Amino acid sequence: MFKKAVFKQGLIGALISASVLLSTSALADSSLLNVSYDVTREFYKDLNPAFAKFWKQKTGETVTINQSHGGSSKQARSVADGLEADIISMNQAPDIDVLYDRAKLIPKDWQKRLPHGSSPTSSTIVFLVRQGNPKQIKDWDDLVKPGTAVVIPNPKTSGNGKYSYLAAWGYVLKKGGTEAQAKDFVGKLFKNVPVLDTGGRGATTTFAQRDIGDVLLTFENEVNLINKELGNKFDVVYPTTSILAENPIAVVDKYVDKHKTRTVAQAYADFHYSEEGQEIAAKHYIRPSLASVLAKHKADFKPIDLFSVDDVFGGWTKAQKTHFADGGTFDAIYAR
Amino acid sequence: MAKQKNVLPGFNLSLGFTIFYLSLIVLIPLSAAFIKTTDLSLSEFWTIVTAPRVVASYQLTFGASLLGALINAVFGLLTAWVLVRYTFPGKKIIDALVDLPFALPTAVAGIALTAVYAGNGWIGQWLEPLGIKVAFTPIGVIVALTFIGLPFVVRTVQPVLEDLEAETEEAAASLGANRWQTFSKIIFPAIWPALLTGFALAFARAIGEYGSVIFIAGNVPFVSEITPLIIITKLEQYEYASATAIAVVMLIISFLLLFAINGLQWWVSRRASSDN
Repeated sequence: MFKKAVFKQGLIGALISASVLLSTSALADSSLLNVSYDVTREFYKDLNPAFAKFWKQKTGETVTINQSHGGSSKQARSVADGLEADIISMNQAPDIDVLYDRAKLIPKDWQKRLPHGSSPTSSTIVFLVRQGNPKQIKDWDDLVKPGTAVVIPNPKTSGNGKYSYLAAWGYVLKKGGTEAQAKDFVGKLFKNVPVLDTGGRGATTTFAQRDIGDVLLTFENEVNLINKELGNKFDVVYPTTSILAENPIAVVDKYVDKHKTRTVAQAYADFHYSEEGQEIAAKHYIRPSLASVLAKHKADFKPIDLFSVDDVFGGWTKAQKTHFADGGTFDAIYAR
Repeated sequence: MAKQKNVLPGFNLSLGFTIFYLSLIVLIPLSAAFIKTTDLSLSEFWTIVTAPRVVASYQLTFGASLLGALINAVFGLLTAWVLVRYTFPGKKIIDALVDLPFALPTAVAGIALTAVYAGNGWIGQWLEPLGIKVAFTPIGVIVALTFIGLPFVVRTVQPVLEDLEAETEEAAASLGANRWQTFSKIIFPAIWPALLTGFALAFARAIGEYGSVIFIAGNVPFVSEITPLIIITKLEQYEYASATAIAVVMLIISFLLLFAINGLQWWVSRRASSDN
C-alpha cells in the first residue's frame, strides 16, 4: 500500500517535472525546417550553426535548424502537398511559385519581400572540361561541333539542365541571332548529349567518374566542388556569356504562423543577406549579392556577361511554357 | 437442397477482411490514379498516351522487362536446380546472395551496375573494344531489370524442386527413360507452374522499376527512356493528370499481361492434372 502511494506520487512528480521541462524548452527553443534542393547540403552545414550562434547572442534563444534536401521540384511539391517547411530555398523561382499556385502557402508577390528578387545569392552555368582542354573548348560555339560530347542533365527534371538550355539559347540571342537560330543551335547542342541524367549530381558522376563526354555544363559552385573533391583532373572554362541563376528563398507564411516561428524564420532569411551569411556563400563558390563580399572574392568569381531569365525570356512562367512544358521547344528537339 | 455450406468456418469474416485489406492497400490508391485522369478529356488522354515518344518508351519498358524476365527464367531455374540438387561448400552463402537484389536499394544497384558496365568499368572495359556498349544503352536497361528480378524465379522454383520426390525420377529411369526424357516428362511439368509464377513476378517487378534503371539507361528519348521516367518527368513539371494517364495505361497493360500469364498457368496445371 505504502509502496504504491510512493510510486504514484513519484509518477505525478515525474510527469510534472517533465511537462515543466517541456514547456520551458518550448519557450526558449525553436526549430525551423528548411526545405532545400540537392547541392546546398555543404552550404547549409556551415550557415545553420552560424545562424544559431548569431541568434543565441542576439536573443538568448536556442534555435535548431533541420534540413531536408532532394531534387528541387520534388522538394517543392512535398511542401505544396503538406510538408510543413518554415523556409524554402530553391535554385529557381518556379519551384517557389508552386507554393502559391498549388497551395496558397505564400503570397503571389513573394519575390518582392526580400532584396534582389528574394535571392540572396546566385550562380551561373560554366563548362568543366578534361585536364588540358584536349578539345579546345572555349565558348558555346565549340559545344555544337560534331564529335563533341556534352553532358547536360535533363532540363525537364533538373535546374542545371534548365539553366544550361536557357543559357545556350540566350547566348545566340545576345549575339544578335533570331529565335529560329537559337532553336537550331540548342537542337544541335542536345544532339551532342549522349546521356540525359535526371539530376545535376547524376550528370557530374557520368562525366567525372564514368569518363563520358568532353564537357560538362553545370553550376559554378558545383564545378569548384568537383575540382576540390576529385583532385584537379579538370579545367574550368568560362564562356563569354552565361545565365544568371538566382537562388531564391522564402518564408512559408502559412506554416510559420502555425508554428509561431515567423520572427526567427524571418531573421534566418535575413541572415542569408548579412555579411557573415554572404561570406559563407562565397566560401562555397556561390556568388554573393553583397558588393563588399563579392569584391573580396573577385578571384573566385570571374566577371562574365550574365543575363537573367527575366531579361531574355520574359520571366520563368513564360520560359517554362515555351521551352519545357509538353510540346515545348525542348520536346521538339527529340520529336520524330 | 440448400447451398452447401463450407466446412471451414470463418468464410464471411476472412473474405470481408481480405476485400477490406486489398481495397485499402491496392484498390483505393489505384482508383485515385484513375480518377485523376478524369481531369482530361478523352482526346487529350489519347494524345498523351499515344505520343510517339511515350509509345517508344512502352516498347523499351515492356520489351526489356520481358527479356529480363526470360533471362531470369532460364538462369533462375538453373540456380534453383544447383541449390537444391547439389551439396557443395559455400552453398548457404550462395543461397543468401540470391536475395540480395531484394534488399539492396535500387539506386545503389543502378550506380553499382553502371560503374561496372561503363566504358571504364571492370566489365565494360573488356566489352567496349568488342563494340558492345552496355551502360547508357538499352542493353543496360535489360541488365538492370535482370538484376532486380533474379530472386523471383529462384525463390518460386526452389521449394517445388525440393518437394519433388526422387522416387518418380528413379521410376522413370528404371522404366528406360533417358535423362532428357526424365527432365522433360517428369521434372519440368512439375515445376512449370512455379516457373511461370516466378517469371510473371519478375516481369511485373521490372515494368515498374525506376531507381536502378535511370542510372544505367542514359535516358535519351526514343532510345533509352523508360516509361516510369516519363511519368516522373511529368510529375516534376506538376503535370499530374498526364502523368497518371500514362500510369493508367501501364497499369492496364500490366494487368492484362499478368492476367494472361495467370490464365496460362491455370491452363497448364489443369492439363497436367488431367494427364494423370
